[in-house]
Amino acid sequence: MRRVKISVLSGKGGTGKTTVSVNLAKTFNNSLYVDCDVEEPSGYLFLNPQIEDEKTVEVIIPEINSDKCTLCGECVKACRFGALTKLIKKILVFDHLCHSCGACFEMCPYDAIVEKYKPIGTIRKGKAQSVDFIDGKLNYGEATGVPILKEINKLIENVDKPVIVDSPPGTSCPVIHSIEGSDLCILVTEPTPYGLHDFDLAVQLVKQMGIPMAAVINKAGEGDNIIEEYCEKEGIKVLAKIPFKKEFAEAYSKGKLLIEVNEEVKGIFEKLTTDALELIKK
Amino acid sequence: MKIAISSEGKTLEAKVDSRFGRAQYFIIVDSETMDYKVIDNAAVAQSSGAGTKAAQTLIDEGVQVLISSSVGPNAMEVFKAAEIPVYKAIEGDVKTNIELFKNGSLEKITEATNQGHHHH
Repeated sequence: MRRVKISVLSGKGGTGKTTVSVNLAKTFNNSLYVDCDVEEPSGYLFLNPQIEDEKTVEVIIPEINSDKCTLCGECVKACRFGALTKLIKKILVFDHLCHSCGACFEMCPYDAIVEKYKPIGTIRKGKAQSVDFIDGKLNYGEATGVPILKEINKLIENVDKPVIVDSPPGTSCPVIHSIEGSDLCILVTEPTPYGLHDFDLAVQLVKQMGIPMAAVINKAGEGDNIIEEYCEKEGIKVLAKIPFKKEFAEAYSKGKLLIEVNEEVKGIFEKLTTDALELIKK
Repeated sequence: MKIAISSEGKTLEAKVDSRFGRAQYFIIVDSETMDYKVIDNAAVAQSSGAGTKAAQTLIDEGVQVLISSSVGPNAMEVFKAAEIPVYKAIEGDVKTNIELFKNGSLEKITEATNQGHHHH
């Protein structure tokens, strides 16, 4: 099968992105699951992959060469993140505030800033039977996981099978980098006012990025109409509804795949894969 | 001596701002003459690094002492390195805190009083 990139996002956290992503990847078979929720990757708990390769992701941060530095302060002015401070006798660098934008290197007139490599996280590659597996993990206290996501994007560029991206919650930079270049975004939401509020934020983001999208209602049953009415208004197809059941919560808490514990859900996901591919073809 | 104090307003009668990096204003008071200067804190709008940016502003102003009620870990590191002592403000106006500082009644703080507020 040719490469298609399907990204699963939600806006609100805890709606079931990972549940949908891992079950979708497993239903596709011969697919690649990619966990881009680098602040809290959890897909591995459900797929139990054999890790075959692990590499460190590094970023470049500034180090001041005090022999060349004249304390002109241009680097401090250039830094939007407050990562550099000029004292009377030296420039203080705050590694964990640095976003590696490179502006200080660019603006220093005296070539006094040296590139220093700093590890910020890891990328793991492996296999969970028929599903290839990649996840990124950001080290604690780091400013941003975006450099890890850029590395992951390079790794998945030329994969010739369906790629399922489990995106981070929210609608900020890490989400944008995760879903970039997708053929389809699947937005998972729950039928609550809070779910709808953040679902709307995610819809606006995906719209702006010009990516086709569809919705999945998780924990469905009561109040689905608030999501359905919204989707109708926005012209978004609801591809699946996963019912709200204690049995599913129990399976989740034990790291089990829903498609392996419940026939109905298995059917829902089989239909979801077909419908998703159908939407992409259009 | 030049003393900086985080403030909600632009006068000596204004209340001390309980934040440091995102304080509305800094009032820089000459403790001998009680002359003062008001600084609009540009770091308020920073999504991150507000503490270090605000600290930089005060260093550039030649401030020798800071009075504030809540200073984060990054700003604290800057003040330590710059050898600028930080004193804990009590609730009330700027003037009262300056007087208390002059009497030696304010407590010196050496560790961050909050853990930072980094958000994306």
